Amino acid sequence: MDYINIIILAIVVNNVVLMQFLGICPFLGVSGKIATSVGMGGAVVFVMTLANLVTYLIFNFILIPLNITFMQTITFILVIASLVQIVEIILKKVSPSLYQALGIYLPLITTNCAVLGIALLASKKDLNLIMSVVYAASTAVGFTIALVLMAGIREQMQITGVPERMKGFPISLITAGLLSLAFMGFSGLVK
Amino acid sequence: MSLKHFTNGLLRENPLFVMVLGCCPALAVTSSATNGLGMGLATTFVLLSSNTLVALLKNLIPDKVRIPCFIVVIATFVTITDMVMQAFTPDLYKALGIFIPLIVVNCVILGRAEAFAQKNRLLPSVLDGIGMGIGFTMALTLLGSIREILGNGSLFDIKFVAADAKTVLLFILAPGAFITFGFLIAITNILKKKFNI
Amino acid sequence: MAKLPSTVKNMVLSLSIISLCMSAALGFVYVATKEPINQAKNKKILDAIQAVVPEFSNNPYEEQYTVESFEGVILYPAKKDGQLVGTAIKTYTNIGYSGFFSIMVGLLPDGSIHNISVLEQKETPGLGSKMSEPGFKDQFKGKNPAAFKMTVRKDGGEVDAITASTITSRAFCDAVQRAYNAYQKGGRQ
Repeated sequence: MDYINIIILAIVVNNVVLMQFLGICPFLGVSGKIATSVGMGGAVVFVMTLANLVTYLIFNFILIPLNITFMQTITFILVIASLVQIVEIILKKVSPSLYQALGIYLPLITTNCAVLGIALLASKKDLNLIMSVVYAASTAVGFTIALVLMAGIREQMQITGVPERMKGFPISLITAGLLSLAFMGFSGLVK
Repeated sequence: MSLKHFTNGLLRENPLFVMVLGCCPALAVTSSATNGLGMGLATTFVLLSSNTLVALLKNLIPDKVRIPCFIVVIATFVTITDMVMQAFTPDLYKALGIFIPLIVVNCVILGRAEAFAQKNRLLPSVLDGIGMGIGFTMALTLLGSIREILGNGSLFDIKFVAADAKTVLLFILAPGAFITFGFLIAITNILKKKFNI
Repeated sequence: MAKLPSTVKNMVLSLSIISLCMSAALGFVYVATKEPINQAKNKKILDAIQAVVPEFSNNPYEEQYTVESFEGVILYPAKKDGQLVGTAIKTYTNIGYSGFFSIMVGLLPDGSIHNISVLEQKETPGLGSKMSEPGFKDQFKGKNPAAFKMTVRKDGGEVDAITASTITSRAFCDAVQRAYNAYQKGGRQ
């Protein structure tokens, strides 16, 4: 499968949030403002790409040769948890303002089903190392796009009239549903 | 220790509709009531097991490594569930797919271990696990049922409309999941406010 | 009983022991479920074979074979009292609406289709997934791909596509054709 295919499929056709239902919690939690969304998206791109890289190596060079592929879930999640810790430490030093803005959502990338989900999916498909990394990066870009789109709409909704009981999660979810409907239009874009 | 530890998870602090945790499997596997129920039960097993083990081991786990320890415990039970389902419920296993291993990042489980099981004794933790699990399962089954009825004209795979009846396909597809979920949260909010729960 | 203090020794010990015990438990469950998992995996294939060929008395799964240059296609000969009564062929397509899906085609010795069973697919529920329903797949019964134009009517063939699911229907024909071609090339009579 060539790289353009992988990228387009990952970003729009099989958008990780709107079509595959991964990464919903941060999607609903962080998308209040566009600026935070971009920051979160960037952090996810970084973590996801690295996670796929490391888990690919571990899966193919440790788990398979030793015939302990059933340890996949445990090893993958521990790798991801460690990576997030490292990103936290680096971010604190390099960009304290972004670190503050992301707050609790940064450690929550560990429980972001998208990161673990994409690592697991990549190991099930027949991808080589570079493809897996490209897949992860494109997926994370798709995540960021969905997040920023959502943030833009939610910022707008602050000033429109939303019924009382629909405020917050309900209206966000319905918006997500409409976004998902729009993204369904992308299917069939690439073979 | 009171029954409240059990009933808490059913409505007042329902993991899905009130705390809005565990959204990913909630949206992805509820295209049918059976899948929703299956996922709920699998999650309940992991939740109960991890709450139990964490409550038993809480004094042996130093504070600074507690999160990695919880993760190892949870991931183990998730993998056990994965293997058992692959062996004995292959159709459900295929339907739930990647969301079985993803139970490990279901915020409900890590959340309860962190917020409850490590601070309480065994029995309350067990009740909490069961309550939250059942609450989650009920929510998932409800979501799955609505989507299946409207989108497929069936419930638990039993069709109750004519074979060529037109159903609202949207509900078994991605957008339908979001929209149904959104409305159910809104309804829960209304009910909570009305009955002062 | 107070919590264990977070000294480095305690932390390492605690995490290591828990990891070891959990891994051991996992290994134990792995060994215990290995056989049931294998059986469950095969059951789907065995059920499909039984559904697509006439009654047989041998074990087609154990006599399975492949044909050169038809990677991914597996042929299971069904015999009754030593005579070939049909061949179940596990085939696939990659041009489905959601990509890959696989079906089991049962061919009689003369090459005509006895029955078809869907193995695994992820086409759109309510649309392409209707390929599993008799309304669509029964039209292939009795047809011989040598004479029958194995494409959808839209492409000049004789197959009635599923309403609003031409892509899936086209892919289905692709899979059936693949099975037939493999059988023609290396099917054992």
